[in-house]
Amino acid sequence: MKRIYLDHAATTPIHPDVKEAMHQVMDESFGNPSSIHHFGRESRKRLDEARMTMANSINGHYESIIFTSGGTEANNLAIFGTAYANQDQGNHIITTQIEHHAVLHPCEQLEKEGFDVTYLPVDENGLVDIMDVKHALRKDTILVTIMFVNNEIGMKQPIQMIGNLLRSKGIPFHTDAVQAYGVEEIDVEELKIDLLTASSHKIYGPKGIGFLYKRDGLNLIQRQYGGEQERTFRSGTENTLAIQGFKKAVEVLQQERDERIQHYERLSEQLIQALNNRQIDYAINGDLSKECHVPNILNLSFEGMDVEIFLTNLDLSGVAVSSGSACTAGSIDPSHVLKAMYGEDSPRLRNSVRFSFGMDNTEEEMEQVADRIENIMNRLAMNN
Amino acid sequence: MIYLDHSATTKPAPEVLKTFQKVSMDYFANPSSIHSAGSESEKLFKSARKQVSELLKVLPEEIVFTSGGTESNNLAIKGIAYAHENRGKHIITTRIEHPAVLQVCEQLEREGYEVTYLPVDQNGFISIEDLRSAIREDTILVTIMHVNNEIGSIQPIEDIANLLRHYPKIAFHTDHVQGFGKLPLPYEMEGLDIVTISGHKIHGLKGTGCLIKKRHISLQPLFQGGSQEQSIRPGTENLAGVVSFAKAMRLALNHQREYQRIKTLQQKLYEQLSNHSAIEINSPKHGAAHIFNFSVLGFKPEVLIHALAEKDIFISTRSACSSKENEPSHVVLACGKETAAESALRVSMSMDQAEEDIDLFIKELFKTIQQYENIMG
Repeated sequence: MKRIYLDHAATTPIHPDVKEAMHQVMDESFGNPSSIHHFGRESRKRLDEARMTMANSINGHYESIIFTSGGTEANNLAIFGTAYANQDQGNHIITTQIEHHAVLHPCEQLEKEGFDVTYLPVDENGLVDIMDVKHALRKDTILVTIMFVNNEIGMKQPIQMIGNLLRSKGIPFHTDAVQAYGVEEIDVEELKIDLLTASSHKIYGPKGIGFLYKRDGLNLIQRQYGGEQERTFRSGTENTLAIQGFKKAVEVLQQERDERIQHYERLSEQLIQALNNRQIDYAINGDLSKECHVPNILNLSFEGMDVEIFLTNLDLSGVAVSSGSACTAGSIDPSHVLKAMYGEDSPRLRNSVRFSFGMDNTEEEMEQVADRIENIMNRLAMNN
Repeated sequence: MIYLDHSATTKPAPEVLKTFQKVSMDYFANPSSIHSAGSESEKLFKSARKQVSELLKVLPEEIVFTSGGTESNNLAIKGIAYAHENRGKHIITTRIEHPAVLQVCEQLEREGYEVTYLPVDQNGFISIEDLRSAIREDTILVTIMHVNNEIGSIQPIEDIANLLRHYPKIAFHTDHVQGFGKLPLPYEMEGLDIVTISGHKIHGLKGTGCLIKKRHISLQPLFQGGSQEQSIRPGTENLAGVVSFAKAMRLALNHQREYQRIKTLQQKLYEQLSNHSAIEINSPKHGAAHIFNFSVLGFKPEVLIHALAEKDIFISTRSACSSKENEPSHVVLACGKETAAESALRVSMSMDQAEEDIDLFIKELFKTIQQYENIMG
C-alpha cells in the first residue's frame, strides 16, 4: 500500500535541490561568520547573499531580515519585541481568535504581564472583518498581529486593507505568514506590513530556520542576548547550513510558485470531484474562492464521523492527514479555529480533517484517498 | 591549511553531516503529527533524547533541545530570573563570562535585577570564598562558566555545586560550551542544576545545542507556542539537527581520550612562546588544554592574524561574537593584564590537532614577529 502524505501544512519534505545545495556548502563553508579570517569571511559572504534572497522575496530591504530558529521564535520576537519596545506608548494589542499558538500563547503571556489583548472574532468563513479591526483600535494600541493565511482552514485575511488602515494610524502590523509564504506573492511595501514571519520547513527547506522581516526604523527589543549577530536583534552564531538550505528553498519556490499553485488547485478539485463521484457526504470548512483561500489546504467536515477514529483509520490505510495544527495535534483538542468559525457546539469541531497538498502529490493519489475514505466510511457504518 | 580557531567554531564531522542528511530526507514528518510518519519522527526524536540522556547520565526529561549555546544561556538565565523573581532578584556571575551570559545579566540589571560580577585572579580563576560571601537572602541564580572561551581557565564547578547544594533556593547554571568533550562534568551531581552545551563547538552543526535542566528546576520559557520540549522550548523540533547533535556528542566524548595529547601540545606552546621576549602568556598553566591565549606586546592582533592567514594559519583574537569591536579583551583585563588585553591572541585546538600544526604555527609566528621587528627597526 502506497503511503500518501497530505500534511504539508505541518511540514514539508526537503526539496532535492535544497538537499543538493546544502550538500555543497557542507564541505566548503563551516566558518563562523563573525570570525575575521578567511573561513569567517566565506561564511559571511554566503550569509549576506542569503539575506538578500530573503529580502528580495518579499520586496524588503536587505537590513530588514532577522534570521531565527523558525516560525515560533520569529512570532515571539515580533510580539514580545514590539510590546516591550512600545510599552511606554500603550499596552493594547489586537489579534484574532484563530491565530497559531505561536501567536496566541505569547499574547496570553503578555496579558499575564499586564498587557490588554483584544482577540477579534471571525465570520463563519474564518475571515476577520476590517471594520472589527477598525473598531478595536484604541489610543493605546501598540501592535496588531493578524495571520496572513490560517494554517487549519487556509483562509486568507484581508492583509492589504488591514495594512492600509494601520499604516494610516501609525500602528505596527505583524503578520504570521508561515502558511502564506509558499503560495502567495508577498510585497511588504504594497501590503504595508511592518513585521512578517516566515519559516523554512513549510516551503521544502530544512527545519530550525526562519526569519522575521522588520521594517527599517521599527522599534524591537531583542529576546536573546549575547552577540552582535543579526544587528543584535537575535544573538547567537548563525545557523549557516540551514540558512543556505532555506535560501535554495526560496529560489526554487520563486521559480515554481505558479506551477505549484496550479498543481494544488488541480489536486484540490480532483479530491472534491472524487468525493462527489463516490457520493461521500462532506462539507467544506471555509470558502474556497480564490480571493480568500489558498489552494494547498482543504479542510472538510464529515458528518457523523469522529475525527480521532477517522484519522486513525486513514493513517492505517496509509493516508497522512491532520485535524489541525501539528503543534496541538499530539492530543486532539477541538480546534480553536473551527470553534471561532462555527461556535463551540458545532459538530464540525469533532469531525473535520485538514488535507494539505504538496508538489509530490498526484491526481491519481486523490482518487486513492477518496477510495480509502469511502472504504473507511462503509466499514465504520457497518460496525454501527 | 592550519585551522586553530576551534573555539569559534569547528568543522562538522562527516558522520554528523551524514546523519543530518539522512534524517532530513528520511524523517521529514513533524514529530507532533499523529499519523505514522509523524510517529516515526517522534520515535527517532525520543531515541535521540534517550541517547543524549545516557551520555550525560541525566534523565531524558532533563534535556531541553535548543538552537544553540546562546539560546541555552538565555533560557537558563532569563528562565530562572523570571520564574523566581518573587523569591529574589539577585544573580551572581563572573567578570569573564561569554557575552551570551554577560549581556543577559546586563539586560536583567536594566530590568531591576541586581547582579554581582565576581572577580578573578591573574590566572582567571574565581575564589569560592568570594562566591560564598556574595550569596544573599535574595540570590536566585549563580551562573559561572566552566571553561573560559578566551584563556581556558577552568572554574571549580564541583566545588561550587557542593557549596550551592546547601542553598536550595539558588539555581546553579554553568556555560559548558567550551568544556564539553574536553573536560567532562558530573552532570548528575546534586547542586549542578542547569548546563549549556552547544553543537557547533564539538564538530556538530550550527543551530544545535541543549540545556540540561534538572527535574526540580522550573524555567520561564523564552518563547510561547506549541507544547514541544514540555513547553519550555516550543517550535517544530529540528529533528535532523537533534539526531546529528546526539551523534556529535557521542563522537566528542570518544575524542576526549585525546585530551592529554593536546595538553602536551599546549605545554609546547607554553614553553616555546614564554621564551620569546615580546610574548606574554595570558592562559593559566593549568587551564584547559585546547585553548591558549597570549599577547605579542606592541603588535596589533589583527596584524598578526592577517600575516599568519597569508601563510594559511588561522587563529583569532577572542570570542567571535565580539571580535568585530576593537575593544580590549574583558577576560584578560579581568585578570589584571591591561597591556596584554589590547593585543590578546587565541589559539584553539581540536582534539585531533596534529603536532606538526603547532610546530609550524610557532615557527611562522616567530618568523612574522622577526620580520615586523626588522621593518620597524
